[in-house]
Amino acid sequence: MTDKTSTLPSKPPIWNDPKYRAIFFQIILLLGLGFFLYTIVENTLANMRARGISTGFAFMKEKAGFDILMSLIPFDSDSTYGRTFIVGVLNTLLVTGLGIIFATILGFIVGVARLSSNWLIRKIATVYIEIFRNIPLLLQIMFWYFVVLRAMPSARNSMSLFDSIFLNVRGLYLPAPVPADGFKYTVIAFVIGLIATFIVKRWAKKRQEATGQPFPVFWTALALIILLPLLVFFITGKPLNWDIPKLQGFNFQGGMSVIPELFALLLALTIYTATFIAEIVRSGIEAVSHGQSEAALSLGLSPGQNLRLVVIPQAMRVIIPPLTSQYLNLAKNSSLAMAIGYPDLVAVFMGTTLNQTGQAVEIVAMTMAFYLTLSLTISLFMNWYNAHMALVER
Amino acid sequence: MYVTDKILPELPAPSNTKGIIHWLKTNLFNGPINTILTLFGLYLIYKIIPPLIDWAFIKATWVAETRDQCLGDDKGACWAYIRNRFDQIIYGFYPNAERWRVNLAAILLVLLTIPLFFKKTPKKVWLGGFILLVFPFIAYVLIHGGWFGFKVVTTDKWGGLMLTIIISLVGILMALPLGTILALGRRSHMPIVKSLSVVFIEFWRGVPLITVLFMSSVMLPLFLPEGTDFDKLLRAMIGIVLFQSAYVAEVVRGGLQAIPKGQYEAAVAMGLSYWKSMFLVILPQALKLVIPGLVNTFIALFKDTTLVLIIGLFDLLAIIQNVLGADSAWLGFDTEGLVFAAFLFWIFTFSMSRYSMALEKKLDTGHRN
Repeated sequence: MTDKTSTLPSKPPIWNDPKYRAIFFQIILLLGLGFFLYTIVENTLANMRARGISTGFAFMKEKAGFDILMSLIPFDSDSTYGRTFIVGVLNTLLVTGLGIIFATILGFIVGVARLSSNWLIRKIATVYIEIFRNIPLLLQIMFWYFVVLRAMPSARNSMSLFDSIFLNVRGLYLPAPVPADGFKYTVIAFVIGLIATFIVKRWAKKRQEATGQPFPVFWTALALIILLPLLVFFITGKPLNWDIPKLQGFNFQGGMSVIPELFALLLALTIYTATFIAEIVRSGIEAVSHGQSEAALSLGLSPGQNLRLVVIPQAMRVIIPPLTSQYLNLAKNSSLAMAIGYPDLVAVFMGTTLNQTGQAVEIVAMTMAFYLTLSLTISLFMNWYNAHMALVER
Repeated sequence: MYVTDKILPELPAPSNTKGIIHWLKTNLFNGPINTILTLFGLYLIYKIIPPLIDWAFIKATWVAETRDQCLGDDKGACWAYIRNRFDQIIYGFYPNAERWRVNLAAILLVLLTIPLFFKKTPKKVWLGGFILLVFPFIAYVLIHGGWFGFKVVTTDKWGGLMLTIIISLVGILMALPLGTILALGRRSHMPIVKSLSVVFIEFWRGVPLITVLFMSSVMLPLFLPEGTDFDKLLRAMIGIVLFQSAYVAEVVRGGLQAIPKGQYEAAVAMGLSYWKSMFLVILPQALKLVIPGLVNTFIALFKDTTLVLIIGLFDLLAIIQNVLGADSAWLGFDTEGLVFAAFLFWIFTFSMSRYSMALEKKLDTGHRN
């Protein structure tokens, strides 16, 4: 009787089996990591004890004792350290949001300009992109802040537009809208316009699918969303006042003011990020093959319809993923605000609050956690949008 | 019936379909909208270019001994300021007598790198390996000193363009192996290895570099046993390398994914172990594919090195803005300083981006998947 195992390939010894090796290797890795983390925590605790820093988040309830240049919520030196975190977060979100809006607009304009049939416009767009993309953002922020905005005239000699927008060394002053009593009707009309547009759009789509008759949805929507509220606005007697900034003493009073730090930061972020967005837009439009446009035109679509129904939907699929990472970059780059003193999260919380309390671990962890959350939120939203826009493949 | 038996001479093209007029008509003035755009573009150029040339060249002061010679109502840029402070912009506070060592290291690097760009150079791999593995030590000995009778120049004396280049070169050099390992880890079949790599990569990619630099400058000393205090530059470098490795990992992962599955299978079928199949079969192909991507990450890193000024290192921008900008002998030339710094950065990044584009074209085999 022969031994059964001799005919089968013998099982490798346990130390040569890839399955066990993998498990063994991973256990070693985990142990190593655990030991590494343990050492770090132990060292940190010892170091903090030696320096007399207490761990934990108790410092958040203490009085901050410093002022912040710009705050979207009430803040004074009596407020707590916890509140400095919120002020910083809000300021970061403000500059990120505005930056994304402006950079997208400028980026799309420049991206389309790069594909223009006009030679001069094309060249100007290229030169703009090549110059500003290749200079470090921090340098650009400093340039706008220390060179351009410092050279602005004093408040008395402000540059003005229509006598209601003023730009001077102290910042940008805009008229602020002050809604009066009847303004709510305009808002209601606007909301009604939005809802009506939605209904009209669905109805028009159904009708076109049933009868082939197109309906001018765009112009109807324009009328419903813009004309209707305007009409209501004028009927109710223009219940909106403008608080126009006025020169009083050495500075402007009233209206909305944009501090020069925010202005410089926004300018630099917009100009820098727009160069990347422009390249993304260009490559997105170029990625739609010419045959698509030719097919659309030969089907009898107008050039506008071709752009709206054929080119843009396909280009957007190419554009959105890299656009997302540019938005993320903008959010992260807004932290350079610190260099010119715009009170964003890094400047206020990681700068001043950290210096005053010495709670390095907690503060750095909170700041990083905020940026991670912001990054994840933007990329989740964009992934959802991307899935919504993606090609439905069979 | 009339039939001509000789070929008629070609007529010249109609005058409106050739020459400069035709070019202008088709490229600048075809249609009302384009005409308006062209005029707008011309106006923009007229508003920007002549004043700029006037300021930067025609009215500029090129030679001056003191600040006063640059001042005046009708004076443009004061390039004399840059000339007088040029050495400091390049070397920072590096002692005058020892600057030849930096120059020597730089010349050596250039001389070693040039042959890599020629196709016919033999043993390119060995040369590349020498630059990556041996040259850093030579450069360290030269620049830092301490051996062979070189005087020690501590890192707080390093600065200017020299520091910018050192930080970015070391950053990419160290991030390359770490990033490759992370990329392999992210594609590993071992769940723990994979998830650890993903968390590591996504963490560093999700936070801004400033917070990383802050972390390495305030938290790193806390992590180490009591009493160890180490170099500020080294701390910044650790942060930059960790940060950069995450980006390199994603680029390399792109290359790994582009390698067809058959290559992996073939390597395994040949009986190669995991590491052998990676180093002999997969990585040589993948890394070649991602060179343009790596150049682009390097460009980003080169621009990002300016952030070290926030934690108090004196790179090119910090020297110009914080050191020279506060120099009472030459006060008030921020514009010139920043424009010059921008020009230097631009030269480096623009040429690198052109290089990466040329590489992409060269490596593009024409088929897309």
